[in-house]
Amino acid sequence: AARLSGGENRLVSLPLSRIRVIMKSSPEVSSINQDALFLTAKATELFVQYLATYSYKHGRGKEKNALTYSDLSHTAEECETFQFLADILPKKILASKYLKMLEKEKRDGAVGQDDEEDEEEEDEDETVDEAVGS
Amino acid sequence: MAERPEDLNLPNAVITRIIKEALPDGVNISKEARSAISRAASVFVLYATSCANNFAMKGKRKTLNAGDVLSAMEEMEFQRFVAPLKESLEVYRREQRGKKEARKDKDKKADSEEQDKSREEENDDDDERMEEEEQNEEEEVDN
Repeated sequence: AARLSGGENRLVSLPLSRIRVIMKSSPEVSSINQDALFLTAKATELFVQYLATYSYKHGRGKEKNALTYSDLSHTAEECETFQFLADILPKKILASKYLKMLEKEKRDGAVGQDDEEDEEEEDEDETVDEAVGS
Repeated sequence: MAERPEDLNLPNAVITRIIKEALPDGVNISKEARSAISRAASVFVLYATSCANNFAMKGKRKTLNAGDVLSAMEEMEFQRFVAPLKESLEVYRREQRGKKEARKDKDKKADSEEQDKSREEENDDDDERMEEEEQNEEEEVDN
């Protein structure tokens, strides 16, 4: 039992039984061969490693030696490979900031995203195109 | 089988360990970040399964196989996973073959006078046997 549970030397750490439960929650899937189950578990581990390292490398959390939620949602938004995660990793914004944005939108009648977003080059372009006399 | 919400989550301890081993030593991982990665991993499994299933259906098969999963990785733009996955699969298959051989030998021994020894080994193998039995359940058509 010791060899099977929680061993770092194991070929895969994620429990196959749990991976199977998730896979089977898809209604169109009838059966899964053992190799496919193993590969999915292993791929998920590789995915976790990749998501974590990519987000850390490209995020700002490392300025404080940390991996933060913001690093992850940034990755989901910026990196095409991880875009399928955009809905479950939405960007977070302070309520006060959001209210200000809404007020600005009302006043200007345009999408007010100039100084709020540092890294969204595309949006800046959009604002320039759409802006009326600003 | 009714799935409760927590069943679609992966164990926190394992996810945390995988993250820690991937990042440089001493990097702090916020609870929010850990939880987000865990959810992302579950979504990844669903996405991969759906994608692999499309390949199986194209091949007019009802059982997802290894090739379907590998094709799914390419489709999802995770080609970088394909080579390491193939390597791991080889090791896994060797392990499984090895276990089967060991079990065959054990069954033979169990019939003879060495029943005490095999009882010890059987405890280790119970989980693996369960996996095999579970797989057999899958051969039946669900839904």
